[in-house]
Amino acid sequence: MILLINTDLLVIGGGPAGMTAALKAAKKGAEVIIVERYHELGGQLIKQTHRFFGSKNEQAGTRGIDIAQGLTKEIQNMSVIKVLTEATAQGYYEDKIVTVSYQNKFRKIRAKRIIIATGASEKMMLFLNNDLPGVYGAGAIQTLMNLYGILPGKKVIMVGSGNIGLIVSYQLLQAGVEVKAVIEADSEIGGYLVHASKIRRIGVPIYTGYSVKSAIGKSSVKGAEIIKLDRNWQMIAGTERFIKADTICLAVGLRPLVSLLIQADCAMAYVPELGGDVPIRDENLKTTNDQIFVAGDAAGIEEATAAMLEGEIAGLKAASEIGYLSKDVITESRRLKKELRKLRNGPISRNIRKGLSKVRGDDNVKKNRYSHLR
Amino acid sequence: MLRKTGIPTSDDLQSVTPDKERLLEGPVAIIECFNEIPCDPCFYSCPFKAIKKFSDINDKPELDYSKCTGCGNCIASCPGLAIFVVDYTKNRLSLPYEFLPLPSVGDKVWGLNRAGKSICQVEVIKVRDPDKNDKTAVISIKLPKKYLMEVRHIKVGDPNE
Repeated sequence: MILLINTDLLVIGGGPAGMTAALKAAKKGAEVIIVERYHELGGQLIKQTHRFFGSKNEQAGTRGIDIAQGLTKEIQNMSVIKVLTEATAQGYYEDKIVTVSYQNKFRKIRAKRIIIATGASEKMMLFLNNDLPGVYGAGAIQTLMNLYGILPGKKVIMVGSGNIGLIVSYQLLQAGVEVKAVIEADSEIGGYLVHASKIRRIGVPIYTGYSVKSAIGKSSVKGAEIIKLDRNWQMIAGTERFIKADTICLAVGLRPLVSLLIQADCAMAYVPELGGDVPIRDENLKTTNDQIFVAGDAAGIEEATAAMLEGEIAGLKAASEIGYLSKDVITESRRLKKELRKLRNGPISRNIRKGLSKVRGDDNVKKNRYSHLR
Repeated sequence: MLRKTGIPTSDDLQSVTPDKERLLEGPVAIIECFNEIPCDPCFYSCPFKAIKKFSDINDKPELDYSKCTGCGNCIASCPGLAIFVVDYTKNRLSLPYEFLPLPSVGDKVWGLNRAGKSICQVEVIKVRDPDKNDKTAVISIKLPKKYLMEVRHIKVGDPNE
C-alpha cells in the first residue's frame, strides 16, 4: 500500500523562498512538510559565497551560505516542520494529491495548501560545438567549485554579464582560476556595476556586444571563437577572435520551473521580463488554483532577497487560510509587502515591475489559460 | 564607459571624491557605487553617521565628507566591495580584499588600477581581518601620492608572474 501523508502545508522546494515560507507558516502553528530534491536545504544559497545586497533588516551584507545555514537551523528547531530531502514532487492530481519520489520510495501527500517554490532552470545557448566537454552552466560550476571543492578548469570564458556571470567569475578568481574574459551580447553590462568593477580591477576584460560563435576543440574545449554583434544581435562577419580556454561557462539567464503549476491548472502568462511562463497570482502569491501559492524564482526570475520575502508573504497567507489566525497577520503581511515594494522600487527593478504588472488582474486570467496543455 | 567596461570614468569618480582641501585634511572614504541598487549596509556601518540615511533603499549612498573620519568601518560592510579610504597626509590607501593568502605587513605587492593593470609597487602596512568583517579583510597600503586615486586592488605573490 502506498503511504498517504496528510499535512496542513506542503512546500515544494527548499530554497530561500521555500524555507521562509515553511518557517513563517510553522510559526503561526501550521504543520509543514518541505519536499527538497537535494540532500540538504538551501537551494542555490548553499553555493553563494558572496555578501548579499538588499536591506540590512533582511540579511544584507550576509553571505548566501550563512543565510542558508541560519534558515536550515531554524527549520530543524521547529518540530512542526518535516523535511523530506532527496525528494522530488512528481505530479499534482485532480484529487489535490501530490506524488513524491522520496529517497526512491513513492509517497502521496495531501495538504490543505501547497506553496510551489521550485526555483528555475538555466537557459542553454546555441553555438557550434556547444556539447563539447568543458562547456558548463554557471550553476554546475558553482556546485563543483563551491560545494565539492573541484575546479572546473584552469582558464575560463564566461558568457553573460548578469549578476550570476559576474559573481561566478569572481568566485572562479578567488579559487585561483584564470577568467579570460566575460562576453556579453548586449551593448551594456547586465549585472550590478560594482560586481563588474570588482572583476575588472583584477584584470578580467568585459566584452560587451560580443557572443560566442563556436567552441573550438576536438574532444574537449580548447578555446572559443567570439564574434562582434550588431545592434540587432546579428553576427558581424570578419570580427571573429579566438580566445584560448579549457572551459566555457554559460550564464545566459534562467527560466522559472513551472511544470507543476501548469499541471495544477494554474492560469499562466508568458512574461519575458520574468523569464518566461509564470503563474498569474494575487498580491499574496496565490495562484488561480485556490489550493496553490507560488514564491521565488518559480514566480519570476528575481533574486534571493525578494524570494525570501515572497516566501514569507505566501507562508503567512497560507497559514491563515488553513485556520491559523493571529491578530497580527494583517499588519505583518502589510509590512512584508511594503519591504518587497521598497526593494523593487529602483531603476534596476524596472523590468521586474513591468513584468509583475502583467501577472495580476482578472483579464489576464481569462486570456492566458493553459488548459490546452493538459 | 562604466556600463560597457566596468571601469568608472573620471566623471563618475569626481562625483564621489571630496575637494582637494578635504583630501589634504586626512583620511576619507571614497564610495565607488555608481548605480542605484537596493542596498543599505554601509549606512548602518558608519559610527559617525557620515553616510546619509537612505530614504529609498535604491538610492546611491551619500557621504558627508565633513563627518567622515576615514575610520574604514564601512569598507568591509559593502557587499559590492566598492568602498576605499584614501589618506593624502600619509599616502595610504585601504581596500577590501577577499583572496588567500592574505599579505603580511611589510610585504611589497603590486598595486592594480581599475582596469586591472599593475601600475606600481606598494607596501602593505596594515592587515585587518577581524571576525566581524566576516572574511573580507581590509588591507592598508603605502604608495606614491599620485596613485592614491588610481590603485584599487593588489596582487600578492611574485610580481613578475
